[in-house]
Amino acid sequence: MSESNGSDRKFKWVGTRPIRHDGVDKVTGRANYGADFDLPGMLHACMLRSPHAHARILRIDTSKALALEGVKAVITSDDIPELALTDASGPTNFSDLSRNVLARDKVLYHGHAVAAVAATSTRIAQEALALIEVEYEPLPHVLDLRAAMAPDAPILHDHMRTKGVDPTPDKASNIAAKMELSRGDVDQARAYADIIIEREFETATVHQGDIEPHACVAQTNEDGQTTVWASSQGHFMIRAYSARLLQLDISQIKVIPMEIGGGFGGKTTVYLEPIAIVLSRKTGRPVKAVMTRDEVFRATGPAPATLINVKFGANRDGKVVAAKCKLVYEAGAFPGSPVTAGAMCILAPFDLDHFLIEGYDVVVNKPKTAAYRAPGAPPAAFAAETVIDEIAHELEIDPLDLRRNNAVSKGSQAAYGPKFSDIGLLETLDALRAHPHYSAPLGENQGRGFAVGFWFNAGMQSSAEVKLNEDGTAIVIEGCPDIGGSRASMAIMAAEELGIDVYKVRPVVADTETVGINDTTGGSRVTFATGMAVIEASQEVVKQCCQRAASVWDIDPTDVIWQDGCAVATGDGAKKLEKEDKLVPMPIAEIAAGAARTGGPITGKASLNARGAGPAFAVHLVDVEVDRDTGKVEIVRYTTIQDAGRAIHPAYVEGQMQGGAAQGIGWALNEEYVYDADGVLANPGFLDYRMPVALDLPMIDTVIVEVPNPRHPYGVRGVGEVPIVPPIPAIANAIHDAIGIRMRKLPMSPPNVLAELVRASGGA
Amino acid sequence: MARKTHVQTTINGEQTEFLCHPHQSLSEVLRDELHMTGTKEGCTTGDCGACSVLLDGRLVCGCLVLAIEAEDTEITTIEGMASGEKLHPLQQKFLEHAALQCGICTPGFLIAAKALLEHNPDPTEHEVRYWLSGNLCRCTGYDKIVAAVLDAAQSMGGDTR
Repeated sequence: MSESNGSDRKFKWVGTRPIRHDGVDKVTGRANYGADFDLPGMLHACMLRSPHAHARILRIDTSKALALEGVKAVITSDDIPELALTDASGPTNFSDLSRNVLARDKVLYHGHAVAAVAATSTRIAQEALALIEVEYEPLPHVLDLRAAMAPDAPILHDHMRTKGVDPTPDKASNIAAKMELSRGDVDQARAYADIIIEREFETATVHQGDIEPHACVAQTNEDGQTTVWASSQGHFMIRAYSARLLQLDISQIKVIPMEIGGGFGGKTTVYLEPIAIVLSRKTGRPVKAVMTRDEVFRATGPAPATLINVKFGANRDGKVVAAKCKLVYEAGAFPGSPVTAGAMCILAPFDLDHFLIEGYDVVVNKPKTAAYRAPGAPPAAFAAETVIDEIAHELEIDPLDLRRNNAVSKGSQAAYGPKFSDIGLLETLDALRAHPHYSAPLGENQGRGFAVGFWFNAGMQSSAEVKLNEDGTAIVIEGCPDIGGSRASMAIMAAEELGIDVYKVRPVVADTETVGINDTTGGSRVTFATGMAVIEASQEVVKQCCQRAASVWDIDPTDVIWQDGCAVATGDGAKKLEKEDKLVPMPIAEIAAGAARTGGPITGKASLNARGAGPAFAVHLVDVEVDRDTGKVEIVRYTTIQDAGRAIHPAYVEGQMQGGAAQGIGWALNEEYVYDADGVLANPGFLDYRMPVALDLPMIDTVIVEVPNPRHPYGVRGVGEVPIVPPIPAIANAIHDAIGIRMRKLPMSPPNVLAELVRASGGA
Repeated sequence: MARKTHVQTTINGEQTEFLCHPHQSLSEVLRDELHMTGTKEGCTTGDCGACSVLLDGRLVCGCLVLAIEAEDTEITTIEGMASGEKLHPLQQKFLEHAALQCGICTPGFLIAAKALLEHNPDPTEHEVRYWLSGNLCRCTGYDKIVAAVLDAAQSMGGDTR
């Protein structure tokens, strides 16, 4: 199965399902998450948030709040550095981030943080919020993408000029940036098209819905040294962003990662941490900040609403010959929607020579969007995968045949640029056809659909250390918060290299001072990139063990190999030992026990910037049943098929596939931000923001396909994000199969489906 | 602020006393006053089930119960689920089935599942899904949770303690 990456090795632990090392902590309630940590003398912080969707801040008076018994500090944006508008690194603009953390001059969405209070109890802090006087000048707001792009739209940022347009416009606009991606000649290629289908799609603002609200504790000493205990997807990110926003040295801040209660991209930036740090500095006491669920919905990154126009031309055989796509994504209150990723993904599964993709990043009076699992890809797939299905129906070609006919494979040039190396799209499509679900009979009002999903996956920076204990057990130290079982994967990889039992490896997610820099847990990168660091660090331990054995045996280290957790002499070394009657393998425990005599502790380290994250493809197959009287769509059967490259811990790979499918189902069928006329979010709670519950879903079948990634020693490719990409179009295609109606607007909720049913039957 | 009230109750079989304000919820007191942070809070509005506890054997959201209502009751939390060195079969099956990813909802699911099996030792898949619909999990898609509960029910063979 693994020839292509040169590793046809027999694995002992890779591919097995050991119980996760942090499991008992998590089933007994001992695991400590963001809000579970307290310090003596700790204060509690609460945030005052904007009651307006868009307003100028004319005056803030905190004196009455400060005078309340128990209140120790009140801060506004005056208490944090004002950063230059251009203060950016990579995609992160720190001036925007600073203004999102605490509004400066203007509030840009309902729920935008305006001030923060630290008090001896949460109750007192909340009372103090009511005593802060803020004078606002309300401004017209804009929530809708079309309205935000209109020439007379209320402008969020007076300094904003559309980037990516030549010449730079001289007028402010809500269009933060325009991007373009093209190849070949679309207009000429249209001549070869026998059929052209153009459709418009619309998706709603949705939220990651992580169950744990954002939370942290900060303690700043009199000398400025700061410790932050935070739940996040990246404590190195918390450290770097907080330092940048507060103009501190990175060495002044230590971040200790708490367990993270779900992130899905929503915990890849800072909200509370810089505020808690400043409040702690002002008061000389530890400060804890925990968001309410309402605040999580109103003020932390949702995923964008989108408008997508797709135009595909295909020849009679169903080969797509040209495509034009226009993607408009809402960024929220500050620039930075995932429209570029959406534009790069939308045609990625198609082998296509002529296309033009345009993307627009548009600000609106909603919270700044944050990453959400395969950011930007699900709405793009909704559009492309639905139109492809429509082409198949128009041409009366089997949709799976048509898909295969257009599929990218090794050597194809991806729409977003590079040539694909080993990828598993064809293999997942073949597994789909072979699955019994694909040909099972359907009931009345039921329909079946499938769709393909693509995600790049990321590599980025990781550091790991493997320490051999005196008895031959090992500690793996890395720095990526474990969001879904990655400790177990790290232990498996170390055990595989060291040749010891997986339960003799203890994986640790360490703080920012204990391990080298690790980029954020995101981009489906941890098992791939951090895993690679763990493998390299383990190999370093093995190398040292072989050297130690060589020195004990007094043979050349090149004559020692590592087998099943033992140093084994070979070649001339073996001959020498045989003569001395000493030719026996030296187990790791013996080497560890003797380390003091052979040179001291044995430790391996690796730091890397991992390249070559193999892209992931998934295909989902779904049966739905549509209630024609209510418009309710029931998921009857669901199968996910995905190329994992190599599944290190298959149970947690399946878990990613199932969890991604469930999130995609929620996105498809029910989830949406609902705003009132004043720009106030009307459903900031789990009762009205309707995420799937157990009763909404069937069992979710999983098929793991393994096309090894040649750029990873075991063939791993990221698995976490791609499973959220296919569900929306798969369900839309299934609904069409059931009732003959194409849904092009999300959510495909009962009222929206019913409206289409009524319209189709000629009703009003 | 009003004075605190003295409450006497039994938590996980142990006589416990605490002081609380009238407005404080049971989950708040468990977490902030008694430092039993195994009971999680995801919403404080009774919608996510992360704070599920048993109150006199009845499954409740700790965030919807006032702490003073705990007077003279018996409360079971996640901290009381394992006995000594032995995990409860549900805890063991959650581990074996990889029925948790981030784990924040896990204590609530375990308590809710325990209550289910005490009411109905041999539930169908549908009954498990119905009963657990008060608990939100955003990571797993529920598949492995449902499988773990069904497996635990089987392994317990009706002995639901």
